Amino acid sequence: MKVKYFAWMKRTVGVAEEQVDVPADVRTVADLVMWLRARSAGHAEALAEGAAFGAAVDHRTAPFDTPLAGAQEVAFFPPFTGG
Amino acid sequence: MSVRVQEEDFDVGAELERLTRDNKRIGGLAVFVGLVREMHVRDGLHRDRIDALTLEHYPGMTEKALEEIEDEAQRRWPLEATLIVHRHGRLAAGDRIVLVAVGSAHREATFEACEFLVDWLKTKAPFWKLEDTSAGEQWVGAHEGDTQAAARWEKKG
Repeated sequence: MKVKYFAWMKRTVGVAEEQVDVPADVRTVADLVMWLRARSAGHAEALAEGAAFGAAVDHRTAPFDTPLAGAQEVAFFPPFTGG
Repeated sequence: MSVRVQEEDFDVGAELERLTRDNKRIGGLAVFVGLVREMHVRDGLHRDRIDALTLEHYPGMTEKALEEIEDEAQRRWPLEATLIVHRHGRLAAGDRIVLVAVGSAHREATFEACEFLVDWLKTKAPFWKLEDTSAGEQWVGAHEGDTQAAARWEKKG
């Protein structure tokens, strides 16, 4: 699946998006966060426990218990500040 | 009923004219235009001047999120017309950022729905502001006030 990062998270991780092949036991957004943290120091910092960020699965805001089955694109981002 | 995310500026008069031209049932329009503020209070004591900001968004999700917010307003109020135009990219102080316009037969619905749309788009549409301040670049943090403003509509309807 494709993983995207926005705003300051993109800078901290170091890439705007990446293609990942996750193991079968990564079933939810929360599992994916844990798994991504191990990829680099930037990932670990951006996705740290207690960091204020949200997620979307296939362009829809998704709580961390959202299942990833069939997901094409997961995004992580800080709270929105538009308008 | 339409939503647009664009880099270029918009002409408020032309947009409103287009919105109402073919619908004579509209008795009133409420309009909100968001602008880039020149000054920004950082922590209540210090003020950093904002020269410009860059609005990042999530193409694909943004349009969907705005359409859902628009649909929700349609469900809650008897609206004849709605329009959301949100800009992205680099904007200077004084530039227009967002236009929200709501038309209905009666004014109460337009005021309420317009306020609802602005409150919800601030917290539910994927936009992020990167400010170019006199102290350097800073990502804007979410406003507790915005979250509370959006939350009061959760109880309603």
